[in-house]
Amino acid sequence: MYDSVIIGAGVTGSAIARELSRFSGEFLLIEKNDDVCTGTSKANSAIIHAGFDAANGSLMAKFNVLGNSMMDEVAKELDVPFRRNGAMVLCFEEENLPRLRDLYERGVKNGVPELKILTGDEAREIEPELNENVCGALYAPTSGIVCPFELTLGFAENAADNGVEFRFGSGVTGIEKTSEGFVITLENGDKVETKTVINAAGVYSDNIHNMVCEDKIEIIPRRGEYIICDKAVGGLVDSTLFQLPTAYGKGILVSPTIHGNLLLGPTAEDSDDKEGIDTSAGGLADVMKFAALSVKTLPSRQAITSFSGLRAHSPKHEFILGEQSVEGFFDAAAIESPGLSSSPAIGRFIAEEVAKKLCAEKKADFNPIRKGLVKPNEMSFEERAELIAKEPAYGQIICRCETVSEGEIVASINRTLGARTLDGVKRRTRAGMGRCQSGFCSPKVMEILARELNMNLDDVRKNEKGSYIVLEKTNKGIN
Amino acid sequence: METRELICINCPLGCMMKVEMDRTSVVSVSGNTCKRGEVYARKEVVSPTRTVTSTVAVKGGVHPVVAVKTASDIPKSKIFDVMAEINRACAEAPVSIGDVIIENVCGTEVNVVTTANMSKV
Amino acid sequence: MKNEYKIVVAGGGPAGLAAAASAVENGCPAEDILIIERDASLGGILNQCIHNGFGLHTFKEELTGPEYAARFEEKCEELEVPFVLNTMILDISKNEDDTKTVTCVSKENGLKQIKAGAVILCMGCRERSRGALNIPGYRPAGIFSAGTAQRLVNIEGYMPGKEVVILGSGDIGLIMARRMTFEGAKVKVVAELMPYSGGLKRNIVQCLDDYGIPLKLSHTVTKIYGKDRVEGVDISEVGPDGKPIPGTDEFYSCDTLLLSVGLLPENELSRSLGVELSPITGGPVVNESLETNIPGVFAAGNVLHVHDLVDYVSEEAAQAGKNAVKYVNGEIGRSERKPVKITTSNGVRYTVPVFVNPENAEDLITVRFRVANVYKDKYINVYAGDKRLVHRRKQVLAPGEMENVILKKADLMAEGLEEVLVTLEDE
Repeated sequence: MYDSVIIGAGVTGSAIARELSRFSGEFLLIEKNDDVCTGTSKANSAIIHAGFDAANGSLMAKFNVLGNSMMDEVAKELDVPFRRNGAMVLCFEEENLPRLRDLYERGVKNGVPELKILTGDEAREIEPELNENVCGALYAPTSGIVCPFELTLGFAENAADNGVEFRFGSGVTGIEKTSEGFVITLENGDKVETKTVINAAGVYSDNIHNMVCEDKIEIIPRRGEYIICDKAVGGLVDSTLFQLPTAYGKGILVSPTIHGNLLLGPTAEDSDDKEGIDTSAGGLADVMKFAALSVKTLPSRQAITSFSGLRAHSPKHEFILGEQSVEGFFDAAAIESPGLSSSPAIGRFIAEEVAKKLCAEKKADFNPIRKGLVKPNEMSFEERAELIAKEPAYGQIICRCETVSEGEIVASINRTLGARTLDGVKRRTRAGMGRCQSGFCSPKVMEILARELNMNLDDVRKNEKGSYIVLEKTNKGIN
Repeated sequence: METRELICINCPLGCMMKVEMDRTSVVSVSGNTCKRGEVYARKEVVSPTRTVTSTVAVKGGVHPVVAVKTASDIPKSKIFDVMAEINRACAEAPVSIGDVIIENVCGTEVNVVTTANMSKV
Repeated sequence: MKNEYKIVVAGGGPAGLAAAASAVENGCPAEDILIIERDASLGGILNQCIHNGFGLHTFKEELTGPEYAARFEEKCEELEVPFVLNTMILDISKNEDDTKTVTCVSKENGLKQIKAGAVILCMGCRERSRGALNIPGYRPAGIFSAGTAQRLVNIEGYMPGKEVVILGSGDIGLIMARRMTFEGAKVKVVAELMPYSGGLKRNIVQCLDDYGIPLKLSHTVTKIYGKDRVEGVDISEVGPDGKPIPGTDEFYSCDTLLLSVGLLPENELSRSLGVELSPITGGPVVNESLETNIPGVFAAGNVLHVHDLVDYVSEEAAQAGKNAVKYVNGEIGRSERKPVKITTSNGVRYTVPVFVNPENAEDLITVRFRVANVYKDKYINVYAGDKRLVHRRKQVLAPGEMENVILKKADLMAEGLEEVLVTLEDE
């Protein structure tokens, strides 16, 4: 019997797992897909919000501001790329300036440090490419950008290194309350016994909650569409640019990503399909149209890809956190934006609540440090030359656009919770994320995956079951 | 009299040609800019031919397949028969450009030859 | 590998091989040249272009891609031109003494910096991806650029899928339609956004018509279905504005979508070196010597502008190789006179070169260009002021095919001449 089973290997579940691994006990994380970070955590704005947006007194406000303040340490311990690039909320009409002031005051009450109201000209001094009609901005220097894949992987790998067991391809079909705890039934029929259950199932967190609890919750997948532009224009702006919500919508952000691309989005559209991560012509057109309001010239021809993600939206627009009406069942549900920003704080809170319930002691041998992949691109010439002399695979470039070497790809496969698919390699190394969108490197990455995992090329998948890349060998030498 | 329209495939110019035919014999060709066009048109309407390029399995090579072609063009109607032969064939590394893989493929009196070099693993 | 070369050739595809061979033939000792190739073999993308049709101009016979490449590889081998494989150039920078530093990396030689007198950019091009088109829908497996599929089938020996839709009628797409058909796949349709094909006519005849594969002009993919693997696409008609016409969408079930929607010169190295790029071609702006705005940096082949035939790549690259030798020998003049600028109008999209320093030019200067639309019965005219230098009738001009005009050095030497105009006219 496990002390606790966490459901969902997104950023929330992984953060909880990592924090729980500070305590002694038998912990298991189960994930329906075949890798960590395959749902909402892989497709979002990748912003560590300052925390001015959430309603005063809400859990969202509390955990956002706390999570933001924890990020420097988390990023350092887990070797996650993170930068406080600052954010602006742009106001385009004089008559809306009071609403900017309201947002400022809400932020101050939430405990967001260093907030400032800027005039249009002051804002343009910081961001020269801002549209001329920006007449004011709320400036939040503590807002940051992060690699959401790396953050989730960092939490998960560190949890695994500290003893949390991970089981992939393990969707939950039922949870039964027993006298000692719970019995969880998995898709393959396996049963897992545990004292406590932690629900971090993202857009499916209502399904999990409702298997156990009488008081039902509802999660509405809210689709957000994004466009990513080439690194050539990644420096258009340095801050994250939000727009003051207007009658036309919540606004579309324009932001650099931590890896130097330009990100535009998201739209917001409620859906009834929890796997409905398709983009639409209208949505992508809206992203371009509204993003163009923020800057002088939007480099719309520099788009390299588009994607959409689903936020786990609850009609109450509030996180559901902590032990529920059924003893031993903990929710980290309805985690929509600012969920990524809140993840370090949610992880710590839930882990401590669960540990209290289990009367678990802190382990003496918990290791908070996780080392990411070796990144030759970030090394000095001498360091890189030395690395390649020692390990020549770091000298073989596989992904040209992002200059990712064979060494990094092999390491991403052969490490804790290693990559098993093309997308797994991509999220860990960025191979295939560049401007050619894996045209050149995918056959080579497939070969490396096949070689390292001892399988055939037609066994290599893009991500989930059914996402085979090549169907079969050409029909050759058949006599 | 029957008129058939053809696009010449000899070169990138892609001349639009008209071939006037009296049952199975060609009366006249027009629209071509060079002699090769006329030759092509006369042949294309009576007995069209194509060069087939594909790959054959290769044993012990750095890649599992190696490129091949029919050494000259073959009747268009035999393309898929030739492909079936090619799919049955197998080369052995090392392979040099021009190695004969299949002699007289499908009775066309044309050989299938390799078009790439491949060293042994 | 030495630490210093007179000429470094960035890329060992058709352009790089021809440039290097020409440099030797024009007097540069072979050991002072280095070809740096990122792939495991020389020849570039030609190695996967196993279809025939290459070399008609150069060799007066029809070769396949690997055969064409082998001719130039053999030539470089005979000339003993040094080359390194599996080597990626990370950076090219210029030094104060006008030499260049090429930073490259490989398993075999590690991370190295090489000093070069001149650099010839021959990096080729890449295919536009789905993302650049912003096709809505899911992002399942089964969407390939035509060239990626070509590599998988022809080199790796694997079939991407069995039911194929192709978007874009570029030559690689057309070639892959036939290739996939040969290997037993069903190619259902080729959709082309434009009202004309971007590929060569011969490819439409030989790759589509021969096998009854429909080509739908003025059509595009408007939706991709399938969460894990492609299950189908919607194809819609587009109006004259290039936008899909609502209600015209038709569903095609398929497991594979191939994209052949254009090629982009790969100029990331050039850009960081400070090479001026043309917004139209995506390639460097060059003069008569195929030299970029950075003295001693030359460009040729698809990195300069996307070609239709490899024969022209070889021809152009040979020119670049010859000029690089002139440069390292100090034979390219730097006169006070302003270069003659070649301007364009009436559907001539661009020219290569853009500038001509007549005193450095050969007696005859080949100016290559592409047109913006399909034109019939037009004249290619070139004017120097009121004077018409070239007057040549063309039955058909199409965007898929590269055109050229030959200018006379003597015409461009005219005193005070600042620009010439290349244009299309009815007479």
